[in-house]
Amino acid sequence: MAAIVGYGAYVPKYRIKAEEIARMWGKEPSSITSGLNVFEKSVPSIDEDTATISVEAARRAVKSSKIDAKEIGAIYVGSESHPYAVKPTATIVAEAIEATPDMTAADYEFACKAGTAGMQNCIALVETGMIKYGMAIGADVAQAAPGDALEYAAAAGGAAFIIGKEGIARINATVSFTTDTPDFWRREGQPYPGHGERFTGEPAYFRHVMGAAKMLMEKMGTSPSDYDYAVFHQPNGKFPLRVAKKLGFEKKQVEDGLLCPIIGNTYSGSTMLGLAAVLDVAKPGQRILAVSYGSGAGSDAFDITVEDAIEGYPRQGIRKMLEEKVYVDYATYMKFRREFK
Amino acid sequence: MMGVARYWREIPVRYNLIGKKCGVCGKVYFPPRNICPTCRRKSIGKMEDYKLSGKGIVETYTIIHTPPPEFDGKAPYAVAIIKMEEGCHLTAQIVDCPLDEIHVGMKVEACLRRIQEDGKRGAIYYGYKFKKAED
Repeated sequence: MAAIVGYGAYVPKYRIKAEEIARMWGKEPSSITSGLNVFEKSVPSIDEDTATISVEAARRAVKSSKIDAKEIGAIYVGSESHPYAVKPTATIVAEAIEATPDMTAADYEFACKAGTAGMQNCIALVETGMIKYGMAIGADVAQAAPGDALEYAAAAGGAAFIIGKEGIARINATVSFTTDTPDFWRREGQPYPGHGERFTGEPAYFRHVMGAAKMLMEKMGTSPSDYDYAVFHQPNGKFPLRVAKKLGFEKKQVEDGLLCPIIGNTYSGSTMLGLAAVLDVAKPGQRILAVSYGSGAGSDAFDITVEDAIEGYPRQGIRKMLEEKVYVDYATYMKFRREFK
Repeated sequence: MMGVARYWREIPVRYNLIGKKCGVCGKVYFPPRNICPTCRRKSIGKMEDYKLSGKGIVETYTIIHTPPPEFDGKAPYAVAIIKMEEGCHLTAQIVDCPLDEIHVGMKVEACLRRIQEDGKRGAIYYGYKFKKAED
């Protein structure tokens, strides 16, 4: 199948601590951090949005891959916080990396899995020979109603993956598990999403992530011990660890890709940033299972083998980038999110 | 308010720092010029598109405390004159850097950010700003 040619990641440098949000709403900080396993989350600057985050990730991917952006034949941006309701983020990205005009582009929305849906489309277009390279981006400046439980995790960040015939990691297979499950939604014109509280666990996240992971392992004839790394969507820091355990993975297989405790849930960026963090440290021959989750609901699972070419790839060092951070208080966080109308 | 037509026309300049290079003397201009003020008529038809590297140093800067209406709520912010590697100068905001850490001679690099928007219903205008250089 197709391969990952390169990747780029970007997370805004501002952070707010879970205890600062808890202080604002009169909650006990330790119950939040231990309950969610989220200690702090990334905050977009006042002039950042899904488009600027996507552009930053896309530019890093093109630079690291050393390809001519003009050879990118498709760009898909998956997000639930596109800056426009109508007017594609993907066109802004395409122009900013100078990939226009001989190409196709579109924005995707599937809660937190829109970016991996874009990856699957790029794989298909590369496989059929319609394009040489495709770029899939998952990025968000996630919304959460002030005071809502989601506020402790809803974060900002994104990753861009360039898909082609040959690259740094082979995508051996991908499958999806999709149903109509109303666990989380945002109605047209509404600023914040709503959700089904505890309903977001078993029938939503766990059913779909496990369904997709099991389908893929059955298809490939593999078991958890065949993988060096596993990345699961990270709505909080607990779910990916719990789903790993349920599936039979060990904690050490999940740790490298687990970023939620220190940056929060970057929604469409979540699984892709986790995969990028794994590719930052993976060695040739190692195998990765990556499973996204999008409310609504569905999961995309990928079986990936790292190729020799990764040795010459200028890796990002996402964890190093995350060390460059500036903490803000709750009021500044609200200002940066342009919440004061 | 900028207007969509002007914004659209300037997208290569605003997103990717596309300036002009004089095909006669080699001097780089940003924003782009149709004629080189040094070579004048000799440069006609010889001004080529030239993409700046995006790297430069802060030559001087100021902190805006009382912004124009388009930037309401964003002050205080820094605006700098930046000397680009190619020798030309441009004016841009410095972002993601505490205001008291900005200094003359600071190495900076370009990034794409929201500049302004035509109210809640209008277009959003993106363009270059600068942040502290990573390397």
